[in-house]
Order: sequence, then C-alpha cells, then structure tokens
Amino acid sequence: MKNQKILYLMSVPVVIYVFIFNYLPVWGWTMAFQNYRPGRSFSEQEWVGFEHFIALFQDNHFYLVLRNTLVMSVMLLIAGFIIPIIFAVLLNELKDSLFKRSVQTISYLPHFVSWVVVASIVTKMLSTDGGIVNEVLVSLNILDKPVQFMAQGHLFWLIVTVADVWKEMGWNSIIFLAAMAGIDPQLYEAARVDGAGRWRRIWHVTLPGIRPTIMVILILSIGNMISIGFERQLLLGNSLVREYSEVLELYALNYGIGMGRYSYGTAISIFNSIVSIILLLLANGLFKRLTKTSVM
Amino acid sequence: MFKLNRKKSTLFQTSTTEKLFDITNYVLMAFIIVIMLYPFLNVLAISLNDSTDTVRGGIYIFPREFTLENYRVIMEYDSLLIGFRNSVLRTVIGTVLGLFVCSMVAYTLSRQDFQARNVISVIIVLTMFFSGGLVPTYMLMRDLGLINTFAIYILPLLASAWNIIIIRSFMDGLPLALQESAKVDGANDFTIYWKIILPICKPVLATIALFIAVMQWNMWFDTYIYNSANPALTTLQYELMKILQNTTASTGAGIDSVRGSGAEAATRVSPESIRMAITIVTIVPILLVYPFLQRYFVKGMTLGAIK
Repeated sequence: MKNQKILYLMSVPVVIYVFIFNYLPVWGWTMAFQNYRPGRSFSEQEWVGFEHFIALFQDNHFYLVLRNTLVMSVMLLIAGFIIPIIFAVLLNELKDSLFKRSVQTISYLPHFVSWVVVASIVTKMLSTDGGIVNEVLVSLNILDKPVQFMAQGHLFWLIVTVADVWKEMGWNSIIFLAAMAGIDPQLYEAARVDGAGRWRRIWHVTLPGIRPTIMVILILSIGNMISIGFERQLLLGNSLVREYSEVLELYALNYGIGMGRYSYGTAISIFNSIVSIILLLLANGLFKRLTKTSVM
Repeated sequence: MFKLNRKKSTLFQTSTTEKLFDITNYVLMAFIIVIMLYPFLNVLAISLNDSTDTVRGGIYIFPREFTLENYRVIMEYDSLLIGFRNSVLRTVIGTVLGLFVCSMVAYTLSRQDFQARNVISVIIVLTMFFSGGLVPTYMLMRDLGLINTFAIYILPLLASAWNIIIIRSFMDGLPLALQESAKVDGANDFTIYWKIILPICKPVLATIALFIAVMQWNMWFDTYIYNSANPALTTLQYELMKILQNTTASTGAGIDSVRGSGAEAATRVSPESIRMAITIVTIVPILLVYPFLQRYFVKGMTLGAIK
C-alpha cells in the first residue's frame, strides 16, 4: 500500500471525478419518480411513482417522436454500417496505393467538421438557388423545377441519413480496412489459383476475414442506435419538418430544460436508455447464439 | 509496370469482367472524391465571391468576382471574434488537460502491480455503457455552479473512458524493463510516468490529442444548453449555429443578427456569403492539422477498437 501511494494519488482523483460527472447524473434518475422541485433537498421531494411515465405513454406526441427516433435509428444503423463496409471493400481492391491513400484521406475530411458545418453545407447543397443537387437533377430532367428539399417533411429522414453517411463513411471504414490489412495474402493467392474471380474473392476471403470486426461493430452500433442524440435533428430540422425531425432527446430537451419539467424530461431520458440497453442485450444474445462472438 | 501486369494476366487470366470491375471501381472512387470535396470547394468559392454577384447563381468551385470583403465583414462581427477566442481557448486548455488526465490514469491502469487496477478499470469502463441523460446532467451542472462559466467547456469532458482505454492499450505494449531500470535509479511512479512513459507514448498521445481537439473545436450544444445567456462565453460553432438556424427558419432573419456590424455592410453582403465565410473560418483550423496526424490516428483507431 505504502509504496503505491503515488499510483493512488495519480488515479483516485480521476475516480472521484468520474463519480461526480458520470455516476451522479444516473442518481438523478430518481427525479423521474418525484415531482422534482429545484431548491428542495432530496428528502423533501414529493414521490409520485410512475406518474410521469404514465403521462408520457398517454401523450400522443410521444408516439410520433418515438416513431421518428426508431425510423431514423434503423436508417442510420443500416446505412452507417453497411456503406462503410462496401466502401472499405472497394477501396481495398484498388491497386494503385497513391490513389487509394488519396481517396482515403479525402473521405475522412467531413468527419473532422462539426454537425453545424455539415448542416450549413447540406442546406447550401440542397437549396433552390444555386444548390448543386437541384441543378443536377433539373439538368438531367429528373426534376421539372427546383425542389425545396429542406422543407419536405417526408424527405427529412433521408436527408439526415445521407448527411450522416457523407460525414462518417470514410472514418467508419478505417476499422474495416485495418482488419483487411490483417488478412493473409496467401488466402487470396490460393483463391486465385482455384479460379475465383474478383467477386468470389471478396465474398469468400475478404468478408469472412473481417467478420469478427463486422460483428463487434454491429453489436456496438445496435447498442447505440437509439441514442442517436439530437444534434443532427436539431441542426437540420426546422419548423416545417418538425413532425419528422423531433426525436426523444430533443423532446426531453424541450420539455425537460426548455419548459422546466425536469421530472418528465428525465422520464423520457430513462425510457431512451432502457430501450438502448434492451436492444444491446438482444443483439448481443442473438449474435452469441449465431456466431459465438460476444462483446460482453 | 505494364509488363508486370501482363505477366500476371497470363498466370491468372485477367478476364474482361475483372477489367470492368477495376474501371467501375476507379470511376466510383473518383465520384466519391468529387462528392467529398465539392461541397467544401463550393462553400470556399462562395465565401470568396462578391456577395451581390453570388445572388446571380452559377458559382461552383471558382469565385467569379474574387473579393475578401465577406471575410472583412465577419471580422467586424464582435460575437464571432469572442467565439473564435473561446473556441481556441477551450480547444487548447481542454486538449492539454484532457491528455494529462487520461494518460495519467491510463498509466496507473497499465501497471500490472497496481492493487486498485481492476476496480478502477471497471469503474471507468462502465461509464461507456450508460449516461444519466440530458436533464439529470443539466441539473448536476447547475448544482455544481458550472452554468454560465467557462469551466463547463473543460471539466465535464476531461476524462473519457474511450481515450483512457486507447492510451492504456498502447502502454500495455511497452517493455517492462524500461520502468524497472528507472525504479532502480530511484525514480518514483510519477517521475516514471512523466519522464519515461509519456515521451515514448507520443504516437498515441498525438492521436488522442487530435480526438480531443476535434471534439472541443466542434462542440456547440454545451454553449447552447448551458451558456447561451452569456455572450462573453459564446463559441464559434454556436455563432454559426445561430446564423444557420435563423436563415433556415425564415430567410432574412439571419441578416438582422449580422447587421450589427454596420448597416453599410449589410446592404452589400448577403447572409449566404457571410454564412459561407463563417463556415470556412470554422473548418480551416481543424483541416490544417488532420492530414499530418493521419498516420497516427489510423493506428490509434485500430488499436482502440480491436482491443
């Protein structure tokens, strides 16, 4: 103990810090079961049980928000998971390493800018005056006249998904490319000798080679899928597309902090967390059974 | 080069489908480059183009009537200067302190002989799987008196489990003999960490520094939630966000927020040019660093995610 004093001094403050900033907010979940009033001590709070959860489930708006959250989660999960794999596979097939490196470097670029910047760029690209998307679509005669994409509720989910893929595709492909670099080149040679073409080599060598990585990333993404946050929705949304853009976290933000209904906002956050945990456990259990790989 | 290919093709009979695959792949990748780069070039071109001319449309990747006027105008916009200063400050302070805290605790966790190693590991790793959520976190910040302070940009983001794990994985791979010889020479644990471990951890520290810096520079919603009432604590991202929200909600409202910089300027400068110039100012600092750190972060990402 004595000779490890310095190691304790170096780590215990961080543990205290983690308790305050990460564990105390979880203690705050008790607020959802109270009629929380700021300024009162914990023992003075009025306990109301599941009242706020019942109110939540009786609110019609909640189901709209839940729908938006689930649909966007699934779209972001599928696109944000599959497209980086395809991109990594295709990138891996490039023989020219300078070109390969250039594509890779350029594809990371959007990852480094904020969602604020991405929202600014997306709005510009989709605008009716001078937005490249409208110009291309009109000149190809796909559209008769420019469309105000950002004002179309039914396009909002697609816009968020495409923006997300644009921003994170390159970055998310790093891990798959790294896994591909670890595949034994002799396997490719052997497949070639056996007469396997490009697609067969991808199908029978590359994809099985990165299967463990795919599994881990998939399970992690499923665990995070409902916690999609509110950043994208808040920045890309506007009053015209609200019915499609509002998600659970945004709902918690508006009610919890905006209107000062702290207990209700906390109940929304708890609901959000519980659904994520259930999804994570389900996914993990499923994959354990199917593939004998597990992250937990 | 060509000879080599031909030799290969006789061995493995490169079929036309193989060639077709290559061509399609190259075209697709070139297309991806265009999609990734065009938006940035377009924004840059608009920000460098005369604003009244921009309204006519047709600006793609080159400005038609080159001017630095848009940049001159945003330089007069006080909130932006304050925001820029705060963004730089939070990025520098947050990165230095975050790097220190994460690497220090990572070092203690990499020490096989440290008694509390497993307990502390579990406490830290658990934080990756849950969070209190928006409202409880907000209430905590309020109770700690952090709302409307600069400290809220630094404190809650100091220790990140993910960063600690990545640094620790790197340290786990270092030879033990290094530390032992230092110990024989009488160095204490902190000295070993500071003088011996940190210098050899440069690659992973560079990666984590980039991660923290990008996160800090790009953060806007802490300003939005906690500090929006205090103009002195604004950040660059938040200012851009306000202008963006104004222009998308109702075109024209954005001009009012910029108009503070002088009526004369407002008549000549459209909100779009302003927005694009601010967007560029927000992007450039980060884009200057990432190509240099790329070889580190590719390694860092791989290490962190596989282990």
